[in-house]
Amino acid sequence: MSEIIEGFIQAVELIISLNPEVLEITARSLLISLAATLCASLISIPIGGFIHFRKFGGKRGLITIIQTLYALPTVIAGLFVFLLLSRVGPFGFLGLLFTPSGMIVGQTVLIIPLMVGMTLIALSGVKQSIQDEVVSLGATTTQTVMTIIREARFAILGGVILGFGRAISEVGAAMIIGGNIRGYTRVLTTAIALETSMGNIAFSIALGIILLGIAMVVTVALFLVQER
Amino acid sequence: MIELVHVDKRFGENDVLKDLTFRVEKGEIFTLIGPSGAGKTTILRLINLLDDPTTGMILIDGKDTRVSEGERVALRRMMSFVFQKPAALRGNVFQNVSLGLKFRGIPPGEIRQRVTEALGLVGLEDYEEREATTLSGGELQRVAIARALVSRPEILLLDEPTANLDPGSIERIENLISSLNTRFRTTIILSTHDMVQGQRLATRIAVILDRKIRQVGDSRQIFYQPGSREVARMVGVENIFDGTVTANEDGLASITIGSTTIFATCHYPAGTAVTAFIRPEELLLLGGDGMKSSARNTLRGIISRVTPVGPNIRIQVDAGISLVAIITRRSYDDLALSPGAPVHTSFKANAIHVMTRAP
Repeated sequence: MSEIIEGFIQAVELIISLNPEVLEITARSLLISLAATLCASLISIPIGGFIHFRKFGGKRGLITIIQTLYALPTVIAGLFVFLLLSRVGPFGFLGLLFTPSGMIVGQTVLIIPLMVGMTLIALSGVKQSIQDEVVSLGATTTQTVMTIIREARFAILGGVILGFGRAISEVGAAMIIGGNIRGYTRVLTTAIALETSMGNIAFSIALGIILLGIAMVVTVALFLVQER
Repeated sequence: MIELVHVDKRFGENDVLKDLTFRVEKGEIFTLIGPSGAGKTTILRLINLLDDPTTGMILIDGKDTRVSEGERVALRRMMSFVFQKPAALRGNVFQNVSLGLKFRGIPPGEIRQRVTEALGLVGLEDYEEREATTLSGGELQRVAIARALVSRPEILLLDEPTANLDPGSIERIENLISSLNTRFRTTIILSTHDMVQGQRLATRIAVILDRKIRQVGDSRQIFYQPGSREVARMVGVENIFDGTVTANEDGLASITIGSTTIFATCHYPAGTAVTAFIRPEELLLLGGDGMKSSARNTLRGIISRVTPVGPNIRIQVDAGISLVAIITRRSYDDLALSPGAPVHTSFKANAIHVMTRAP
């Protein structure tokens, strides 16, 4: 028990003293996950819009698949992207395996289904009467889509924040694609896994507190957005 | 301007409109009157090209509307539609009212000037900065009217435009509708369940009952010469009698209804089976001997029921036939009437609308 308490005290010291390694890992985690969230947003919101506004066969089935993939295990997303980026894979020539860019790709793939799904929910939350009003006001199809997306912007932003939360907290894809290389691809989650296995409890707890802190900021942001 | 040709509309298994054919001319105020659920909103949505007819076609300015979405947007931009329950978009009133102008690529300076002008027309000058989603029903209705007018439409579609408004606002909006029509020759199609509003505003009225157009005409025709029993009931003709013409001398017919005979001006010869319609406002009630009236028909009866209707009183009289009269409260008090009291009911021969019926 005393070990844990000691670990906590050391952890707080590491954070307050702005330990360079802790800071570096935190910064890298934020950077990679924010980049992945940005990429996933740019892909997911248009896809969500397309699925919502178009009528096509198999739409219901496609939505069910997307919803199933909300729970896509992070190691499977990691494995999938690993195979794509590995030397013998179709994108091996890009040399992205074991790089931060590769990790961004992995996390992007991981959170796309969640963000497409959240976009769909956000758009179907806009009442039909609003869409009728917009069309009636003389909007072209593109103007209608843009106006409805703007109308759903807070709900869509909620999905984006949720996606970021999933990206920064995942360990499987980061480990498989990044390889947890110190000073290069080591992020909060992979560092916690490694340091704990090496018995470096205080360091793990420090990183854990930071990760929880980020999770809390995300939750508060989500709450504030949904209040709108 | 607008023409519907044999338009049917079905939603799944439900017929919403059946075989609708009518024309609305440029510069008309065309009113759709009918009970809720009769299909008035669907007609307006079809004209605004928000829905498509199941069969039949709609022409706007002589052009078939079954065209590409791009061309339909151009047609839609000639019109504005004020929904019965208008939707507020996120943002303030200015953003809501200016949206249609932004879609049309109008420069910002002109947008500002036109929005200010439109809000002035509906009496909401100081509302530009208000959040649209926080407005009351009546305020939102007026914002919606401003949003419709700001694009200066050639055709204005209004679905129960005053249903949410207080009497003061109703008068203002009705005056606005009339003045738009006279100043800019805006073609207006308006739906209402308020007969009196229909009568006040309309150039022509269409009565919609049971998913069909039952009669189209000016207000005099609709209110005084209804084309059928159903239309008559709809427009408040409460006295409807089936009878037979027993004699006709120079256009003054005697019509026997059960054991009662009334006189009406019509040209149907003796032996014709007819229906007689009399508006309740056309009936005059007289106390005493009833000899003061110059009207052709005077029937003795007993007051069977008295119901207040707004400022008026609705009186049911049993005079061999059951008659309904609407008189002012003052007349009611002056005549000292009450249920059970004897009364004379009188009405003119030319106040009766007579139609043939199948015997």
